[in-house]
Amino acid sequence: MRVGLFVTCLVDLMRPSVGLSALKLLENAGCEVVVPTTQTCCGQPAYNSGDRRSAQALARKVLREFSDCDCVVVPSGSCGGMIKIHYLELLEESPELRPKLQHLVENVWELSDFLVNVLAVQRVPGQFHGTVTYHDCCSGLRELGVKSQPRELLAKIPGLTLKEMANPEQCCGFGGTFAVKFGDISARITDEKCADIVATGADAVVLADVGCMLSIEGRLRRGGDANTKVLHFAEILAGVTNDPS
Amino acid sequence: MQVTSQQFKRKAAEALANPQLRKALGNLRARMVSGRARSLLELENLEQIREAAKSARDFALAHLDHLLERFELNACARGAQVHWAETGDEVNQLVLEIARRNAVRKIIKSKSMLGEETGLNHYLEAAGIEVRETDLGEYIIQEARETPSHIIAPAVHRTAEEVADLFQQKHKLPRKTDIGEMTREARMVLRPHFLTADMGITGANFLVAETGTSMIVTNEGNGRMTTTLPRVHVAIAGIEKVLATLEDVAFILRLLTRSATGQPISNYLTFTTGPKQAGDKDGPDEFHIIIVDAGRTRVLASDLRAALRCIRCGACMNHCPVYQSVGGHAYGWVYPGPIGAVLTPAYVGLDNALDLPNAATLCNQCGVVCPVKIPLPDLMRKLREQQVERGLRPWPERLTLKLWAWAALRPAAYAWITGMLARIGRWAGGSKRLIHKLPGGAAWSRHRDMPAPSGKTFRELYRHRR
Repeated sequence: MRVGLFVTCLVDLMRPSVGLSALKLLENAGCEVVVPTTQTCCGQPAYNSGDRRSAQALARKVLREFSDCDCVVVPSGSCGGMIKIHYLELLEESPELRPKLQHLVENVWELSDFLVNVLAVQRVPGQFHGTVTYHDCCSGLRELGVKSQPRELLAKIPGLTLKEMANPEQCCGFGGTFAVKFGDISARITDEKCADIVATGADAVVLADVGCMLSIEGRLRRGGDANTKVLHFAEILAGVTNDPS
Repeated sequence: MQVTSQQFKRKAAEALANPQLRKALGNLRARMVSGRARSLLELENLEQIREAAKSARDFALAHLDHLLERFELNACARGAQVHWAETGDEVNQLVLEIARRNAVRKIIKSKSMLGEETGLNHYLEAAGIEVRETDLGEYIIQEARETPSHIIAPAVHRTAEEVADLFQQKHKLPRKTDIGEMTREARMVLRPHFLTADMGITGANFLVAETGTSMIVTNEGNGRMTTTLPRVHVAIAGIEKVLATLEDVAFILRLLTRSATGQPISNYLTFTTGPKQAGDKDGPDEFHIIIVDAGRTRVLASDLRAALRCIRCGACMNHCPVYQSVGGHAYGWVYPGPIGAVLTPAYVGLDNALDLPNAATLCNQCGVVCPVKIPLPDLMRKLREQQVERGLRPWPERLTLKLWAWAALRPAAYAWITGMLARIGRWAGGSKRLIHKLPGGAAWSRHRDMPAPSGKTFRELYRHRR
């Protein structure tokens, strides 16, 4: 199976270890992984900012870059949801793209969903000794139905205990440009999330989107919490760390 | 009501700094969110009911002309008088005319958000008529000279202690802190007004076309007294409130009260069909229904039409992380939260509420809990698109977006720029690997550090790996 890895712009710039982890997990499971090197962004920042034309141009670019893949896998529910849920509406004025678009939309997967429901992965290479809590990122949860998949995968790691927080489905307050346009409100929402995380006493909060990671980690550190790790589930599963290169 | 939505940021900042408000909103979240979740479990075929409710609302919106005329015909056949108002001002004038014709000196009011839209109380008071809000929450904010901060719990921004202070000051009675006792005190103060009022004004949750019935959903009994005790009853309702049949009302109610307060049914459901009939023991001599456009036909013809499905349960705001943080007043008009972020610009103009559709994380909690499946995040996004199309976004934002899109469409340039940013970021992060001050990101850096990138982009690491 020819699997295209859509790395996402935030992983590429801010947390490349997530991309390397995804690559390792997919290859370990026997996939032929292709990573188009011209890829940049799914267009969501433009789409959510009301710049429909730029979003359309980027959506067309993604469509071109992954047209020869059987499946496309994304280590982000946010970008995965953008492609799977919003591209059809975004590109509805271009009916000539419809067949290719339909194929892409039907075959794009959030990483944990793909590992569990397509590859049925049984073993993962990662190790973790301690307690983690899991934050459900909004788009993955509410657009793609990602809820049990990452938890099932984490359960395959011996020594890892999952302790649920009070409101795992509550938004972390990131919201893309929202965190920059409405920083005060965003920080209050993130505070509630951080309080939930810290109350579990977990060694790490694990999640599925780099946007939420930046928001939560940035607020935890500013608040003086230097210990609670903020990890993408792929990093834990693959045993890849985010060390400087 | 005066529109102050352009001051959203300032008002939100004030709200965030108000510890009493934070406490009050915490109570709201605990009560409403868990109550809704619990009570919806009672419905085995919840998704079917939601789909049916959505269809019934869509059907009504698609046949408004026909259904409203049918409503008028049936209501008039039972002796009600139906009036049509195109604007909020016309509503106020019609109510005042009816009041003057009937020599009304005192009006009791059951809660009406449409009345808030038109500024009805102020208008009538300026004409020398006494107006008494009788819903407990509305009574509190009328005494405090405030506006509602929630569509079904108007005084939700006030804690019980604050209300205790207010009652002590206004009622001149010993301060009570028990909520039951405070409620009894308010009832005692309000009872004489019920008995001496000449006119009752209510809103309407729904207008039923097949019977000509106007109906309200309430918990306190004040609505029932408002519709039956005074000699004249005036109901005001937006054109979108019509439903074809009583059966439509019946199953939508199963969703409405559960979504709103977690109740399987509200304490009172009041169906009013015509004034007092021969042989009736009570009821008003005159019953007027004012059917109001006030911007609704414009929304009906736009791509925001789905917002008119709203059945005013308030679940979207109860579940909204932004509303939970800043409360309702920051939104600056009648309808707060996600539905307000759509309806406010739709009714009062895009450029009078620029922040509202943007002040959302698009977490879609609102879309998921909406009983009639209004795609609120999609509607907010449409409004953002309209802002861009009409050039209403600030120029630094437009420029940043343009530059970013330019680069993102040119992979070579993009790779070079992100490669540089990864290096600069790595350096700026220092040994703690945290950037304390993000250039151009003051709003972020005021509250958060930025975890620094690790020095190379994925693109570069991937190339090395091969």
